[in-house]
Formats: sequence, C-alpha cells, structure tokens
Amino acid sequence: MKHSISLKVNGDTYHLAVDPWKTLNEVLREELNLTGTKLGCGTGDCGACTVLVDGRSVSSCLTLAVEMDGKEITTVEGLAPSGERLHPIQKAFIEKAAIQCGYCTPGMELSALYLLKNNPSPTEEEIREAISGNLCRCTGYKKIVEAIAAAAKEMKE
Amino acid sequence: MTLPKFEYLAPETAEEVCRLLKERGKAAKVMAGGTDLLVSLRNRQSRPAAIIGLKGIKPLALIVFDKKKGLSIGATALLSDVASHKDISKMYPAIAYAARQTATVQIRNMGTVVGNICNAAPSADNAPTLLAMGAELIIMGIRGEKRLPLARFFKGPGITALGKDEIVISLFVPLPPPHSGISYQHISARGKVDISAVGVGTMITMEGKKCKYARIALGGVAPVPMLAKKAEKRLTGKMLIPDVIEETALQAAEESKPISDVRASAEYRRKMVAVLTRRALLEAKKRAGL
Repeated sequence: MKHSISLKVNGDTYHLAVDPWKTLNEVLREELNLTGTKLGCGTGDCGACTVLVDGRSVSSCLTLAVEMDGKEITTVEGLAPSGERLHPIQKAFIEKAAIQCGYCTPGMELSALYLLKNNPSPTEEEIREAISGNLCRCTGYKKIVEAIAAAAKEMKE
Repeated sequence: MTLPKFEYLAPETAEEVCRLLKERGKAAKVMAGGTDLLVSLRNRQSRPAAIIGLKGIKPLALIVFDKKKGLSIGATALLSDVASHKDISKMYPAIAYAARQTATVQIRNMGTVVGNICNAAPSADNAPTLLAMGAELIIMGIRGEKRLPLARFFKGPGITALGKDEIVISLFVPLPPPHSGISYQHISARGKVDISAVGVGTMITMEGKKCKYARIALGGVAPVPMLAKKAEKRLTGKMLIPDVIEETALQAAEESKPISDVRASAEYRRKMVAVLTRRALLEAKKRAGL
C-alpha cells in the first residue's frame, strides 16, 4: 500500500504517494529529480547522501520517505535556490579548491551548513569532527576543512 | 541496493505496538531510528514483512530529568539529544559522552540510545555506563508495564530478555549517589566512526577517602556487556591509590572474555580492558571530587 505524504523540499511543498520501502534518497533523486543529493554506500557510513530534515543532518539513504510527512528538507539545491548566487559555503569550496571529483561535495556542504548553524565559529578540530561522517574518496580533506573555516568567516560578516 | 518490500505500520500508542507485535509475531520489526534495522534489511540479513515505526508516538521521544528521582530517556530520544542535554551533561556526564561517541553526526541525528541498547551488540557504546549506573528498562507488553534492571536485559549478541509482544518504552537512570563519579572510556581502530573494540563504564561512590561502592562494566569483551564483579570487589572499602587502581584494572582484564574479530584480537582487547579501566577509574575519582 502506498502512503500519501506532504513534504517541503527547499521551500517547495510536494504531495506524493510513496511505497513504504522507498528511502528519502530515492524519492529526492528519482521522483523529484533532485539529483544533487548522492547515494554512496547506502548504509550510513559515507555521508554522500546527507540532507537536512527539520534542520538536522541525516543520511537520506537510511531515512524512510514514509516518515517524512510534514517535514522540511534542505538539499544541496536549496543552498543556491536561484541557481545564480552561490551560498558562501559553495563559494568557499570553489575558492579553496575543496572539490576534486565532486561526489562527496553535496554531503560535505550540508554537514558544513549544519555545523555552522549550530556553531558559527568552529575550531579546526570541531570542523574535522563535524565532517567525520562524510568520506572524501579523493582524500581532499585539508582543502575541505579550509573551505569550511573560510565560509564560517564569510557568514559571520 | 534498494530495500526489500515491507508494509509500514504507524501506531499512535505503545499499547498498539504491543498488540501489533502479538498479531504479527516475528514477521514484524519495531523501528526507532532505523540506523541498524535498515542496514540489516539492505544487506538482506533481515526480511520483515512489516516495520512498526515508533516515531509517531510522541511521548516516547521525551527526555525527563527529575532532581529527586532521576533521568528518563524515551525510546525514540535521539543520541544527539542525549549528547547535548544540559541536565544529562551536568549530572550524568559519562552518559552524554557515550552518546556523543556513538557513530557520526548524521547517525546521532537519527539513531537512539534505547535502540543502541535493544540491538544488544556486545560493543554498544551506551551500555557500559548505563550498566554501571544501575539503569532500568521500562518495558511494555500486552499484560502491562514492568521494570527490568539493564544487567538482566542482555542475553547474547543481538538477544534480549524482551518477550514477543514487548517493547522498551524508556530507560531510567537513578540519580548518582552523593560523592560519586562516573566515566566512560572506549577505544577503536578507526576513531569514533567505527564500532568500539572495547568500552569501559564505571561509577564509584566514595565515603571519605574510601570507595564505598564500585561498578565496572565492560563492553566488546564478552557475548554481552558485562559487569566485572571481582574487580568491583577489589575496590570496595579501599582508598583509590595507584596500586589499588592497577590491581582492579588487571582483575577486570582477567574477568573479560574477549574474542578476536575484524576489529581487534582477543589479546589486544584484554590489554585494553586494563588500560581503559584505569583511565575510567581515574576520571571517575576526579569527578567524585578527589
């Protein structure tokens, strides 16, 4: 039996009928065509699928869509809604060359957003801790940490 | 990579969960955060016909601290909420720490402390401190509610004392006695993201300079999180001088029954029990005001 749910993604409300075994990741990518959110391991280890649900970072691969009724979701597409003006986190990732293959980037940026909302002036240690659930297969962590520190500075100004 | 098909049930009360469990039997699985259950579905280690979601039952998400009675952690209270809770951080620092040391930010925003306990992994990060503090589980079944000491809950890896129609609705932790200190120490090969190879939780209660009462709980070194009772006895009535702490740590290592697996060898685990017991006792001693 399909379940009808209403959820807000990046400010837009969607009414959907979902199978109970569909994950939020599948619904975002396959039904809403929001393919910015990636799928990596599917078991909550890599963080490529990270999105915010009611302001908290979660693994969308381990989140059932049926449990998302009434929730507000932010994906990487929500960071720059117009598609023209990038979010300070995105700008910092480009400026600091924190992107190599790019697969971990959406998840990294949402983990960064979650960190900076709760802790606007993180130490390097706190940044590293905040992205410990996001794997970068290119191992470009140093640049990512620098980008998040730069974004923190920019967002405070 | 998709999940196998299942039916999703969203009861509104805990009583309804018990009724559904009785009706459906083993074909139904209860889900709080889903961070363990959905992984086992994805790996086809578990194929329930139905999942009973607990998140719609609002009272189960509560964390309540009562200055006179103690702490109650509801079945769906998130690891991140326990980790950052002001009263828990102040009165039960090792419980907050253990929750904060479990998995990653994302998993802590989804997973629950009670779920970590109910999955009954020998290495569950939240078990040792709770065992050391004498926590109890509030269990609901078709025939009503009961309380069970956590020390009697674990029956084997992944096996608990829960009956077929029963669920844990909350976890109760008594107030730490005056002049007591608690600590949780753990170690794993890959920092905190990986499951702990060994964890040690302790609570010591002092009377003057002597230890009146001690509890030492070990994780990851036996089929279930266990109490090191002989080690506890070594501390009782003694001053916490380095020799006594060392003797207790070695006794705890001797009592542990570790196995070798992908995370660590039995020999390494046994050594780490001594190291972590020493660290835990020193921190607990400090927190007890000594």
